[in-house]
Amino acid sequence: MKEKFSTITSTCVPLPMENVDTDQIIPARFLKATSRDGFGDNLFHDWRYDKNGNPVKDFVLNDPTYSGCILVAGKNFGSGSSREHAAWAIADYGFRVVVSSFFADIHKNNELNNFVLPVVVSEDFLAELFCSINSDPSTKLTVDLPSQTITNLATGKSETFDINPYKKQCLMEGLDDIEYLLSRKADIEAWEKNNI
Amino acid sequence: MGKTLFDKIWDAHVINDIDGGPAQIYIDRHYCHEVTSPQAFEGLRKRGLKVFRPEKTFCSPDHNIPTQNQDQPIADPISRNQVETLTRNANEFGVTLYGLGHPKNGIIHVIGPENGLTLPGYTIVCGDSHTSTHGAFGAVAFGIGTSEVEMVLASQCILQPKPKTMRINVNGKLREGVTAKDIALYIIAKMTTGGATGYFVEYAGDTIRNLSMEERMTVCNLSIEMGARGGMIAPDEITFEYINGREFAPKGEAWDKAVAYWRSLPSDPDAIFDREISFNASDIEPRITFGTNPGMGIGINDPIPSPDPEDEAGKISYEKSLEYMGFNVGQILAGIPVDYVFLGSCTNGRIEDFRAFSNFVKGKKKAPNVTAWLVPGSWGVDAQIREEGIDKTLEDAGFEIRQPGCSACLAMNDDKIPAGKLAVSTSNRNFEGRQGPGSRTILAGPLVAAASAITGVLTDPRKIS
Repeated sequence: MKEKFSTITSTCVPLPMENVDTDQIIPARFLKATSRDGFGDNLFHDWRYDKNGNPVKDFVLNDPTYSGCILVAGKNFGSGSSREHAAWAIADYGFRVVVSSFFADIHKNNELNNFVLPVVVSEDFLAELFCSINSDPSTKLTVDLPSQTITNLATGKSETFDINPYKKQCLMEGLDDIEYLLSRKADIEAWEKNNI
Repeated sequence: MGKTLFDKIWDAHVINDIDGGPAQIYIDRHYCHEVTSPQAFEGLRKRGLKVFRPEKTFCSPDHNIPTQNQDQPIADPISRNQVETLTRNANEFGVTLYGLGHPKNGIIHVIGPENGLTLPGYTIVCGDSHTSTHGAFGAVAFGIGTSEVEMVLASQCILQPKPKTMRINVNGKLREGVTAKDIALYIIAKMTTGGATGYFVEYAGDTIRNLSMEERMTVCNLSIEMGARGGMIAPDEITFEYINGREFAPKGEAWDKAVAYWRSLPSDPDAIFDREISFNASDIEPRITFGTNPGMGIGINDPIPSPDPEDEAGKISYEKSLEYMGFNVGQILAGIPVDYVFLGSCTNGRIEDFRAFSNFVKGKKKAPNVTAWLVPGSWGVDAQIREEGIDKTLEDAGFEIRQPGCSACLAMNDDKIPAGKLAVSTSNRNFEGRQGPGSRTILAGPLVAAASAITGVLTDPRKIS
């Protein structure tokens, strides 16, 4: 999962719903596993499959028109439960980038901790992107982490996006927070001595 | 310039501020349940690490456990495995476990405060978004992901960007029949489901000050439902009185010292918040939700509002939500038949919720069409219910009390609302399928739940004598 991140150009999977909560990304009954693997099979399960387990034809993940490693979602993506299983499901399914105009905090952190890049774009950029994908499903996006830019290749529209320099470095070098924290043990012990 | 309650606690726990990045924060208390911790313990094992400060982590299985026959093995093998994995991990890594059958077992956000583990001035995390509950004590408490659970186990720290601060003031006298849950549902509807994202909220004002600790926990618990990183209330005499004498609370000289420190925590009069919002308590009616996120809420007698005509993208989601619920714009929901009533969860599974429900149904009878699940948040709550004779009142009214756990809040155990059925639920989320695939949830407080359980239809508690 620690694939180093640089620049990605891909077609997109559009999910124009707003307020997609983590219960929709992965319903609670699929959280019973004790490993991190295999959650992709149940990504968006209750939208993706009917009650008999058959694929719902018009749900975007079942529609062969759309593919790619970039998920484009409506605003306030990932609200609700803190379950990291939602980020594991997104990563396990094969998404490397999620684009939205607004993310819920905990889920955004969870994506970053799993080397999935959440890209916050303006409402206008998002609306235009949905239009582009709608009129041409082969529309590609380029997400350039080093320069922090995202470009809709159908229209040429480009925006910069924010990411804190520490997390950017983590993604680009495949490093995780635990490695940082373990390297700071002396600071932690010194803090405890003074404060507890 | 003065400091906010949040800033005082946050600043006191920063070990390093990474340039342009997150802060390294020390965590005083770490709670664990069985769903979001197995991969974190497994991560430690893979890295060959121990738990850095095992005495600061407390575990309790709550999501998967049945609420009947807890002395029997859990029937669902996958649930059983997850609960047993928590036991194995707690034993192997030497952290405290209040396992199934332990007198302290219960919903982690109920047992923490109950045992004096949650204290003012603390930083508290758990792999659970309702960790904000503990903010009721004047703690910085928030939910984290499993990677962060692993960080805390490995180093007693996490890396977090500092959130912005928001103060939400509620002033005035609450109307009859309005509970803490109604205050929270009102605020969330005003703020919308993502309206406090990026912020840590302090609740203030005389209405909030007059709430009991149980009520404050209900308000703080729901902070995440408007996207807030957490919610908190300044500690005061009500807080100290609640904590004093509990098992893990400081004692003797340490108590006096702690209280002196806690008194220094409230926001300074000249502290400035990034955002400040005020509401009048008298505007709040008993609340219900009508859609599939907690922000889609109204007063119990209000018609379902129309979607914002300006918001084209939002309209699609709004209509999908009403379609799922089987409701229409303009419809008044009071009076519609109710199939299930659920009293419980980390939101409304405390003793005061049971008192309120029981006082309301005393001398009345449960409607035959309603299946009611009354689930205490912990064995501690259960014991108090029996001590106060609440169990007898409830039994006389045709209700039974189940065993503690998360129960019907999230459909990970046997308590699932069947597809298509309508539940009036005192829990925290009305997402599609939250209480079981196809289930339909109306969130409400314990009084609306009690009134609806008695009449069999969604009912304003003020309309029943």
